[in-house]
Amino acid sequence: MLSKYWRHWGLRGFAGIGLGLVLSGCGWNTTQSTLNPAGPVAKIQASMITSSFWIMMIVSAVTFTALVVAVIRFRARPGQNGLPPQIEGNNRIELLWTVTPAIILALMMIGTINQSFAFGKIYPATQALQVDVTGHQFWWQFQYPASNVTTANELHIPVGQKIELILTSADVMHSFWVPRLGGKTDLVPGRTNYMWIEASQPGIYHGQCAEFCGTGHADMRITVDAEPPARYAAWVQKMSHPISVPPKINTLAYAGYLDFAAVGCSACHTIGGTKYNGAIGPNLTDLSGRLLIAANLIPNNLKDREAWIHNPQAVKPGTLMPNLHVPHNEVVAIATYLGTLK
Amino acid sequence: MAEHSQPLVNRYEVPRISTKHGHLWSWLTSVDHKQLGRMYLAASFVFFVLGGIEAFLIRLQLASPNNHFLSAQLYNQIFTMHGTTMIFLAIMPLTSGFMNYLVPLMIGARDVAFPRLNALSFWLFLFGGLLLYSSWFLGGAPNAGWWNYVPISGIHYNPGHGIDFYDIGLQIAGLGTLIGGINFLVTIINLRAPGMTMMRLPLFVWSTFVTSVLIVFALPPLSVNLFLQTFDRLFGAQFFNVPAGGNPLLWTNLFWIFGHPEVYILILPVFGIISEVLPTFARKPIFGYTAMVMATFVIGFLAFTVWVHHMFTLGYGPVVNSIFGITSMLIAIPTGVKIFNWIATMWEGQLTLNTAVLWVLGFLVCFTIGGMSGVMLAVSPADLQYNNSYFVVAHFHYVLIGGSLFGLFAGLYYWFPKFTGKVLSERLGKWNFWLMFIGFNVTFFPFHILGLLGMPRRIYTYAPGLGLTFWNQVSTFGVFILTAGLLVFTVNLFYTLSHRGTVAIGDPWDGRTLEWSIASPPPEYNFEQIPLVRARDPLWAEKMYGDGTMLSAAEAGHHAPEGMIHLPARTMMPAIMAFGLFVAGYGFIFHSIWLDVVGLLMTFGSLLKSMFEVDKGTYVPIEPPRGVTIDG
Repeated sequence: MLSKYWRHWGLRGFAGIGLGLVLSGCGWNTTQSTLNPAGPVAKIQASMITSSFWIMMIVSAVTFTALVVAVIRFRARPGQNGLPPQIEGNNRIELLWTVTPAIILALMMIGTINQSFAFGKIYPATQALQVDVTGHQFWWQFQYPASNVTTANELHIPVGQKIELILTSADVMHSFWVPRLGGKTDLVPGRTNYMWIEASQPGIYHGQCAEFCGTGHADMRITVDAEPPARYAAWVQKMSHPISVPPKINTLAYAGYLDFAAVGCSACHTIGGTKYNGAIGPNLTDLSGRLLIAANLIPNNLKDREAWIHNPQAVKPGTLMPNLHVPHNEVVAIATYLGTLK
Repeated sequence: MAEHSQPLVNRYEVPRISTKHGHLWSWLTSVDHKQLGRMYLAASFVFFVLGGIEAFLIRLQLASPNNHFLSAQLYNQIFTMHGTTMIFLAIMPLTSGFMNYLVPLMIGARDVAFPRLNALSFWLFLFGGLLLYSSWFLGGAPNAGWWNYVPISGIHYNPGHGIDFYDIGLQIAGLGTLIGGINFLVTIINLRAPGMTMMRLPLFVWSTFVTSVLIVFALPPLSVNLFLQTFDRLFGAQFFNVPAGGNPLLWTNLFWIFGHPEVYILILPVFGIISEVLPTFARKPIFGYTAMVMATFVIGFLAFTVWVHHMFTLGYGPVVNSIFGITSMLIAIPTGVKIFNWIATMWEGQLTLNTAVLWVLGFLVCFTIGGMSGVMLAVSPADLQYNNSYFVVAHFHYVLIGGSLFGLFAGLYYWFPKFTGKVLSERLGKWNFWLMFIGFNVTFFPFHILGLLGMPRRIYTYAPGLGLTFWNQVSTFGVFILTAGLLVFTVNLFYTLSHRGTVAIGDPWDGRTLEWSIASPPPEYNFEQIPLVRARDPLWAEKMYGDGTMLSAAEAGHHAPEGMIHLPARTMMPAIMAFGLFVAGYGFIFHSIWLDVVGLLMTFGSLLKSMFEVDKGTYVPIEPPRGVTIDG
């Protein structure tokens, strides 16, 4: 008989925890939280999440109340004689609990249809900045056809403007997900998908690949840098006219510039403003401007760049960047050179 | 009904073979649905433990950010095998175990319609599972998730043999499931005892019926998918190879056309179990029998109309996403009908709060939560956030553990006396329930939060500073409680089966359905006399209006056996047939022609032998009745 009280309090405690979590709110303002929206798409999605949650809480309250009452009131008691009434059913009640949920669901369906069409809209270049996104094992390529700029892993967007992402994959399926800006859309090889996002306020927004894509899946992260339009324009300008060849006085960086080709980096990587035009790995133009490297896994500082070039597999299991067994002095030189790319 | 049970066999010289050949032999050659049911339960429990160990390792790995307890490569194999095991080798065959054991008993039959096929189903499942698990020792397990999406599972991105083990292992196991589905449909349609009309079928039998329909229609798309990929990987076909014009969305669609009905294949039998346990312990008939049958059918139908909701992020556009969002929400209506009918069954009843009922209540709580998150997931624009996040992982663990598994535990505590002749300890049972109920919620409730905080599924580690650490630690803590609960269950199992366990009478719970009218465990031939069914809940009706025992169908002109009962003979052919495919499977995976030849010869040889063999059957003497009393 003790168990019924346990159940009773267990249920209450359960609902209490759920409520507390929702009402407190503070725990939700994290960097990848869907409930911490920073743009119109994510905002609508967050409100759909919370409103459907509350509708479900009401339905749960009714269901669980009925369940708890049934268990407490109609449990077997010692000394009970005879059988309970042998009721086989009641069509009116049956109709009631068929139709009522149908009405509640109909309300939710209206919202579903409306927003599906809002999010499914594809904006042309006249209404939204177009960015071609290509998923690779295990990094992201971003191309801006309007300004002929290519970058990797760090998406720069102007604040307050719709961005139309045109998504495809170079190898396996991936999924682009930056929760604070909006839900995800998959990148499928041989297919083009579309999704639009918008940031309402400047900031750095984090996300990661959300479709299992292999060993490096967990480390395939996204950074979105939403900037005021003027700063964004300056970034495009900088990307279009990169400073990529260090002066010869800077001997270490210049040596790195030469080593970049000598050890084979340039076979895969492009650096704008140089003759390095490999097309397999991420474009490294303006690398010093990036916060993170290795698909946003580690900070972009000299020490981490050295560790990455020295043994990529040790930093990011599964990465397709080979360990070229570069001698230490050349690792330092290349890492230093990459730090000068503006 | 009368003519097909006429003893035609008397024309042959039928040897009086003893059915007891010693232990191992009897396991290998059995065609008895009860023995096969027990074998299903035992084998799938072993697979369940293996899947559980994998889950435990997953939780250890995720206990802290940037953890390197498991490597990414190993983690990917472990989560793939965890999902594949739990779905194909644990929950699904557990439900098969219940169906095998119970359906013939509940409809008043001596066995299923095709006892040999039934054995073949079991052996195909077992050898398919063994083949899949042997991959751990033969170069690595499959590592592309249980959906095994292409191209990540294609030969170019996944050159090892793991995926081949997935394709061929599931092909073999899936064939067993498909055959089982056909067998149960035929059994339920044809072998009902006189008077057991369709609308008198126990709800567990109805659930088995609809589940079998789903199996028959849903398994072929999976088989086709697996064949296409096997051809791609082993013989250089290009069905999914994008540069050659192949289409990865062919896989995703075929997979989910199978995959969504599959989740109902996992839950519908459990709905049936709940509908049997509750009326017995509330001492009331199920509330709204007809509505429950209809709801089962509607769920079964809708199961085929919602598959795109697994792919809302694949870019099919607003029209498709709206339609599939709506159909997905519709499933909540028949499911809600079931939950309310179960509550109404308790209403005004006399509910005994024993362990079986506790599991039912645990099921109702957790499955309702899982249903609620399911409706939230059906809101397709919001699903763009939930999709592939831990929110989804929370949802399906709530319906598969809190739903399916808790329901199966309810069934196990309820029917264990029938299966084994022993009653599981109530004291250990309550520890088992409460530890698992609490442990389950502590482990899996945080997944909802993790998903909303932006944690994608299938990542072997996560960054600190995302707010994910605390909830992952809570979850890993919970898994220890959950494991403790499972250990208590294992102790209970061994304790009960030892000489100290309580011996069960035929009808320990004051049951309502036919299986309680015979001994525990039942004799090999089930019913000495085929019973005459005069009402829904036939045994209960006899207790209420008759003398408490079933009338014999002989009174309705049915053949009544005297002294001996004719049953199908034991045979090893099904085990050999399945073993041949198992051997040939290795031949295909490792490109060994002679293994292919040996394996296929075994399969087709035993098939031919079975085709041309006249099964004279065997006569089993009627045992003296063991104590079957009415009020426990």
